[in-house]
Parts: sequence; C-alpha cells; structure tokens
Amino acid sequence: MVLRQLRRGVVLALLFLVVCGLAYPLAETAVAQGLFGYQANGSIGANGSVLIGQTFSGSAFFHTRPDPNNPMASGGSNLGPRSAKLVAQVKAQIAYWNRHGVKPTNDLVTTSGSGLDPDISPAAAYAQVPMVARARGLSIGSLDKLVASQIHQRQLGFLGSPYVNVLQLNQALSRIAGAGSAGATS
Amino acid sequence: MQAAITIIVLVAVLAVAWRFLGDYLAAVYSGRVRWLAPVERLVFRALGVDPTAEQDWKTYAVSLLSFSLVAIFFTYGIERLQGFLPLNPQHLPGVTPALAFNTAISFVTNTNWQNYAGETTMSYLTQMAALTVQMFASAAVGVAVAIALVRGLAARKRETIGNFWVDVVRGTIYVLLPIAAIAAVVFVAQGAVQTLAGPAHITDAMNRVTQTIPRGPVASQESIKQFGTNGGGFFNANGAHPFENPTAVTNLLSIILILAIPVALTRTFGKMVGSMRQGVAILAVMTVIFAGTLAFTAISESQGNTAVHRAGITAQASGNLVGKETRFGTFDSALYDVTSTQTSTGSVNSAADSYTPLGGLGMLSGMMLGEVSPGGVGSGLYTILLFAILAVFIGGLMVGRTPEYLGKKIQAKEVQLATIGILVMPITVLVLTAIAVETAAGRAAPLNAGPHGFSEILYAFTSQGNNNGSAFAGISSNTDFYNIAGSIAMLLGRFGVILPTLALAGSLAAKTPVPEGEGTFRTDSPIFGVLLTGVLLIVGGLTFFPALALGPIAEQLAAGRIWP
Repeated sequence: MVLRQLRRGVVLALLFLVVCGLAYPLAETAVAQGLFGYQANGSIGANGSVLIGQTFSGSAFFHTRPDPNNPMASGGSNLGPRSAKLVAQVKAQIAYWNRHGVKPTNDLVTTSGSGLDPDISPAAAYAQVPMVARARGLSIGSLDKLVASQIHQRQLGFLGSPYVNVLQLNQALSRIAGAGSAGATS
Repeated sequence: MQAAITIIVLVAVLAVAWRFLGDYLAAVYSGRVRWLAPVERLVFRALGVDPTAEQDWKTYAVSLLSFSLVAIFFTYGIERLQGFLPLNPQHLPGVTPALAFNTAISFVTNTNWQNYAGETTMSYLTQMAALTVQMFASAAVGVAVAIALVRGLAARKRETIGNFWVDVVRGTIYVLLPIAAIAAVVFVAQGAVQTLAGPAHITDAMNRVTQTIPRGPVASQESIKQFGTNGGGFFNANGAHPFENPTAVTNLLSIILILAIPVALTRTFGKMVGSMRQGVAILAVMTVIFAGTLAFTAISESQGNTAVHRAGITAQASGNLVGKETRFGTFDSALYDVTSTQTSTGSVNSAADSYTPLGGLGMLSGMMLGEVSPGGVGSGLYTILLFAILAVFIGGLMVGRTPEYLGKKIQAKEVQLATIGILVMPITVLVLTAIAVETAAGRAAPLNAGPHGFSEILYAFTSQGNNNGSAFAGISSNTDFYNIAGSIAMLLGRFGVILPTLALAGSLAAKTPVPEGEGTFRTDSPIFGVLLTGVLLIVGGLTFFPALALGPIAEQLAAGRIWP
C-alpha cells in the first residue's frame, strides 16, 4: 500500500512542478508583460524605480525616510520599542534634521518595514520645504504648492495613508527649478 | 473613519466569498464541479486513481504523508541543485544543506518560515518550481484534511473519508489555480513585478545614485502566497516590499485572499453536515476572536513608539511607524499583520519585531490560540473542530451526559484524539522554547535584549509550531540549532495535528448518528459559541500565560504602563 501511494506521490509532485511551478508562472509572466509591461518590470523610469526608495542627500532635494535603501537587502531594523539603539538612532535623526532647520515628523526619523520605503507623509514633505527652498533659492509658497500637487490621496478614498512619492516629488522639483540649481547644496 | 470603512468593505467582500466560495467548495469536494473534467481524467489516469473509490482514514493518511515526503525531497533537491539549473540570472549557488532542509519542510508544511533573504538566496527556478509549487500543494493538502474531517462528521456508518488524491487535485485545479491566476494580474497592475529578467541596474543622474534592484516572477507567487495562507515572501521584506505589496489596494486584496477560504469553509462545513447554523456558530466564534485581537493590536499600534518618544518626538499622531510603510499607515499595517497571524499565513507588511509590546502580543495570541480565527486554509477549520469536540465534552461533563457533536457520540477515543491534536502544538512550542533559552546556541540568536529577546525566541517557535511563518525578524535563526529545532516544530505542528484529525475523521465516520433528543446540547446555539470561545481562551491562556508574562507582558510593564 505504501509503495503504491509513494509512486502516486512522485507522479503528482511532477505534475505540480510542471503545472504550478512552470506553466503557471510562465503564462502569468507572458500576460503581465503583455498587459502591464511597465509595472511587471519594476516601474522603472529615467531616474530609477518609483517603488524603490533612493537616498537623496544634501539640502537641494527632498529626502526619504532614513532607510538604508539598499534593494539587495530589504527589511526593517527589527529594533523593539525598548531598544536603546533605536532611541540613539532616532535621536541622531532628530539632530540631523534640526541642523537643517527641519522640525521632523514621526516618519522622517524612523525606518520602514521594507527598508526601501519610497514614500513620506505629506507632513514630512511640508516639513522639508524650508530646507529645500533655502538651498534652491525658491519661495516657500511655490514649494508648498509643489508638494500639494504631489500628494497621493488614499486609494478609493479610504485605503492606506496619504503619501508623497519622494522620487516623483524631486523630479517635479527639478523641472520647476531648472538644471542650474539642481546640484546646489548648503 | 477610514478604518471603519475598510472593515465594512472587508466584511462585505468576505460575506460574498462565504456565500459563493463556500458553496463552490462544497460542490468541488463532492465532485459536482466538472468544468475541467478532461484535465481531471488525464491526471487521475496518470496517478492510477479511480476518482469514485474512497479511502479509509489510514490509507488517506499514508497517501498524504507519501505526497508530503516526496514534496520535501523535490523542494530540497531543487534548492540544492539550483546552481546547475536554468532560470538563475544572479548565478546563485546551491542552498546549504541545513537551510535547504529547513526551507523544504517549511514550505511543505504551509509554514513558510524563512531563514534566508529570497532576493539573494533563491534562484527564479527555486522560487517557481520549488516554493510556489508547495504553496499550492500544501494549501490543497490543508483543505483536503478539513474536508475529510467534515465528511467523517457527516457520514453514517462508513469506513471511508474520501480520496486524498482526488481532493488535492480538485482543490488545486478548480479553486487555487484559477483564483490565484486572476489575482496575480491585479497584483501586477498595481505594481508587483513579474519578469524573468534579472536584477535591474539603474543610475539616477539627478541624484547620482546607482542601485541594483532585484526582480523576478513575484506576482504569480504573491497571489497563492496569500490565497493558500502560505506567507513566504519572494523578498526578505515580504509584504512590506513595494514589489510584493505595492499599494493599499494590493494590501486589502491580500487580506481578502487570506481570509477567503478559511471563512468560506465554515459554510462548506455547514452545507456538508446539513445544517448551516452549525457553520455560522463556528464562524461567529472565529469572528469574535479576530475582532478582539484586531482592536487590541490596532489600538496599541496607534499609540506610538516609546523609543521614538524617549528620543524626543512626543507627538506621534500617526502611531508607531517604526517598521511600517508610509503608504499603509498604522491601521492597514495592523490589519494585515493580525490577519496574517490569525491565519497560518505569516506574511507581514510591517516589522512585527518593532510593534509595541501589546501589538506584538496580539500577533502572538492569534497563533497561541491554535490559529483558529479563522486559521489557515483547512487547518483553521479542522483545528477549531477539535476544540469544538473538546467543548462538547466539557459541556457533557457539566450536565453528566454522553456528549454528542452533530449527532455523533463523543466517546473516550474521540476526546483522546482531539486532545492530542490540541496539545501537540503547545507542548512543541514550550519545550523547544525552553531548550532554546537554556542553551548557548539558542540564546545567541535574538537581536534585542531582555524580555524582547525572549519574545523573539518564543515567537519563533510559536510561529513554526503553528505553521505560521511570521517572525520577530530580528532573530538570527539561520543556524544549525534553529534550522533543526525549527524543522521539528514545523513537522510536529503540521502532521502531529493532521494524523489525529484523520484518525478522528475515521472514527466519527464509522458511527451511526443518534437522533437529537431532549437533553442534547445544541451546538448551533449562542451558548455553545460562548463555551467554545471560553475553551479556546482558557486552553491557550493557561498554556501560554507564564511564557507571555516573561516576554511581552514584562516588556509592557517595564514601560510603566498597563494599557496600552
């Protein structure tokens, strides 16, 4: 009895391998590439993927959360709420932002679950406006308007949190600021 | 407000799933769904199976174990050999033996515990042909066992409980594959990747940054990962990774996929035993526990993080954002992680390790209660039915009458089998946790110090013993000790429950139903719901309270507050 069932096990495992392990994902890949090629390949444009966080440095750009932003090593810090290391890290982030004249929000001093968070809260974007305005020589009003135009509202009106995609925001910033001041730092 | 609408939408969609998927499942497993009959015939011919021939419980169990054993070998073999096989654009070497063994057991047992980071360890072929395959197979096996137990309850004096091969094949081709295939397209449309091209190398001239971005056949795995309550991530960050869970829409879709089969199975159960009220009673108990845990965790997470507070950010209106993604926010994160730990999924969209102590406790409790609210595909239903048998036994003791469940007399043998099925998990979890904290190899793994470090170990074994797969991921468990101890936990947590369940199915099937009498304790009544909830909470609470007191409860009290 056992041998007969084992033989069936081998046959069924092979069938699963061919159908669920090869035919299904390959067919799915063909459909995905045909219908949604941009998304299926990683939503990659001229400046990288809008879904994968990039570390922007200097005052002339809006920053992401202080994630490592290393796509080859995704994941969170995993530090618990009583971790002294977490307290020290957050303190260092607060000090960093204070040096740049920014009053940081909660998300600007904490790391995400993916370590690749491409987004910040609208409040975190507004908080960085004075820093970027100074570095770029732009008015606060124009940058506030820029941020407002970049806010993604909740999907379907109720799902998730409103956010600003940092890469998209900086691309829009580069467009209004022109190439001249793009490399400026303070 | 936004949370309330989310809940309302979720409940509405699940109500539809309950109504239609529940009936559909009943039809599939009784052989009334025929739209792939030609495919079925070919498969049954290849297997040498007569689809009308049923098996007794022992043959069913031997078939199940044979299939699982072969599956472990296949998965292990592909992992080890991936360096020589195609679809390996990153030229990754074969997986090391201990890790390959642990991972094979992990995916075959529907656990999906991962002692590795997918993007730098597994080739595309391994992700597809080894891991995705087991996401289908282990889910189909779980549902098959639940259906076999329900057949046992519904049968009148029969030797047989169905045919394992027929159940697995039908569940896969009629339910898992079609719905996973459709859902995967939605994932891609929202931004999940699905490509065989290797990593993308990008250079951002604006930002002067270069990145290597791993990709792969993700969406096809993502949909079955959720629908089969598997939970294994293609990437290390799992459901937090923007390529796996790109938007709040995919986040809700994931939650719906996870809950669909476990919720629908309560209707399938009601239909098959001929009383919908019996299924509703079970669903009500599941719902109460789920809702309680969700409220508990969501409120805890909305309070902010003590470390962030101590560092100087006193206003945390958006809650504890450490380890959470901006696009989800606190509530959608808590909802996802609670869903994942109240089932056997274990995928997380936010770092459980960085949850508040009570938020983490909420996630632990879902697993410690045996994952029955609503639990994994199949495993949730069969586990809560074991508890239901224990509950009618306790009810019978109270009134001094031989207990019955669905007309079947519950006698010593049934109570023994149900008790074994219930106690295997806590014994496994607590013994292995005790061994880990008593040995240097076990204590070397936690990232965090003190009670939180203990919680990491306790969580690891609770998760593996329940075939969940989520983690307080700070723990460094890719060591020989944790690979082996974890494998033991996963095997016992799966087959240590399935075998008594199948034996119980066989024993119940052989009984003649007795007619309902004056003194019959009604198991479709609110009072039974209260009793069953009480049994679940008391068994889980008494078993795990001492361990919890050393972990999350100590951590919460150390923060100087009881709630929240």
